[in-house]
Amino acid sequence: MAHLTAVPTLEPGQDRTMILNMGPQHPSTHGVLRVILEIDGETVVRIMPDIGYLHTGIEKTCEAKFYQQVVPLTDRIDYLCPLTNNLCYCLAVEKLLGLEIPPKAQWLRVLLNELTRINSHLVWLGTHAMDIGALTVFLYCFREREDILRLFEAVSGQRMMTSYFRIGGVALEPPLDFFDRVRDFANRFPSKVDEYENLLTANPIWLMRTKGVARITAEDAIALGASGPTLRGSGVDFDLRRDMPYSSYEKFKFKVPTAQEGDVFARYICRVQELRESIAIVQQALDGMPSGPIKADAPKVVLPDREKMKTQMEALIYHFKIITEGFSVPAGEVYQAVESPRGEMGYYVVSDGTAKPYRVHMRAACLANLQLLPAMCEGRLIADVVAAIGSIDIVLGEIDR
Amino acid sequence: MSLNPAITDLEQLKAHPAIARLQAWNPSAVEGVKFDRDEMSIYVERSLIREACALLRDDPACPFNFLADLTCVDWYPSEPRFEVIYHLLSIPQKERVRLKVRLNGDAPVVESVTSVWPGANFFEREVYDLFGIRFIGHPYLRRIQMPENWEGHPLRKDYPVEGYR
Repeated sequence: MAHLTAVPTLEPGQDRTMILNMGPQHPSTHGVLRVILEIDGETVVRIMPDIGYLHTGIEKTCEAKFYQQVVPLTDRIDYLCPLTNNLCYCLAVEKLLGLEIPPKAQWLRVLLNELTRINSHLVWLGTHAMDIGALTVFLYCFREREDILRLFEAVSGQRMMTSYFRIGGVALEPPLDFFDRVRDFANRFPSKVDEYENLLTANPIWLMRTKGVARITAEDAIALGASGPTLRGSGVDFDLRRDMPYSSYEKFKFKVPTAQEGDVFARYICRVQELRESIAIVQQALDGMPSGPIKADAPKVVLPDREKMKTQMEALIYHFKIITEGFSVPAGEVYQAVESPRGEMGYYVVSDGTAKPYRVHMRAACLANLQLLPAMCEGRLIADVVAAIGSIDIVLGEIDR
Repeated sequence: MSLNPAITDLEQLKAHPAIARLQAWNPSAVEGVKFDRDEMSIYVERSLIREACALLRDDPACPFNFLADLTCVDWYPSEPRFEVIYHLLSIPQKERVRLKVRLNGDAPVVESVTSVWPGANFFEREVYDLFGIRFIGHPYLRRIQMPENWEGHPLRKDYPVEGYR
């Protein structure tokens, strides 16, 4: 494995190579990723990602907030899948508290998580195709993404920074027509995936730019910590939703798409098939949506309903206590991982028994996936670097935190 | 659902594949164990962490072949101050285990696991950057999130939330 730990010493002035700086302000680095390339003509000799331009210190901020105040911070980790981050954090704190979540809240969480996955994959597909030169796909993808954002707005009041999942359940009952609107979208969406595939999957230019490009073997991908579609594109059949289920994913039937080639096209085909699987999960969630409460029965943790606060003394007291001094969480530690659109998203939460988390650490899937870039690009053409960066689907907010 | 008390008795937990493997290899490697909220934590002797990781990765029965996460917790002002935390995942067996190494505040040094998992590279750089823990044998131990000339390590507990002004 020595080839994976080679020291990146980029010294100029050697025989034929030159140093090229790409980013941090570059349209195809999806944010503020800086990549330092050592090139020999058109061939990449060495490549070194440089990150940290978006470091906001969210982990430190979390230590100064109450447990429930961290939920809006988790939205800001990853602007494409805020609900996945909400879910992961809430599951971790619920595990620390030993809370039981009612079935309807769990199914709502699954439903919205799969919509989030579709949303994230659509942005990935649009921008990835645009990087490679297929501009039209971007417009098609953002058309459907707009529908999903409207659904998020209907359910939470926000298009992007939703904070809809709360510790102990979800924030509100969804509006009355919400499930009909989701069903309408779910019925329409599979034909839209056909449209994207019509544009790309058999397109000779797309195939030439993606097949055999930025290849990575399963062994290297595991050694470098890759997860999600990036790992499954190399033939490793592992998905946390199926293999280590959370939030009642074990009650849903879905396939885990994998591909063997480990190139850009394999990762593309995995994600496109995931779009179809996600919409199948959404359909199942709509069909089998249980009825009942949407919040756990834990008055010291979950905010009371507005109606109860107007009529019951206890509800008003609990509301006041939760808002002013938070709720204490038994000491301990939990590592909760969920399958985000990009891979294994993990929250490691340590409690010292007070109302503020002692430590919150986010395991960012992209941070590990980005380490694949040298193994993918070295020895390849410089034009393939853009395809490789697009294929690992990075979000810099999550990498830098 | 109520919380069960944590189990910290090594005798009760020695059937766990990772603990059994480590104990069979070197009885002094395991300093302590904790089973809490369905999660297993093993305190590993500081000087043996790299070999312990390599051993668990190559375990034929239950290979913990994937380093899911590497991070650190600062327990300032108590000593040993730092805990470096390794979350291991077995993709074939779908098992997780957490390894911990305790480090003193005056010389927080531990062996790097980049030779076992090259993917530990960015995680160790981040812990070095934000906690000031040095990883011996790391190929490129430089700041990753903060600027090169930054003073202090922001995630330490004696570093103010609003920074030094």
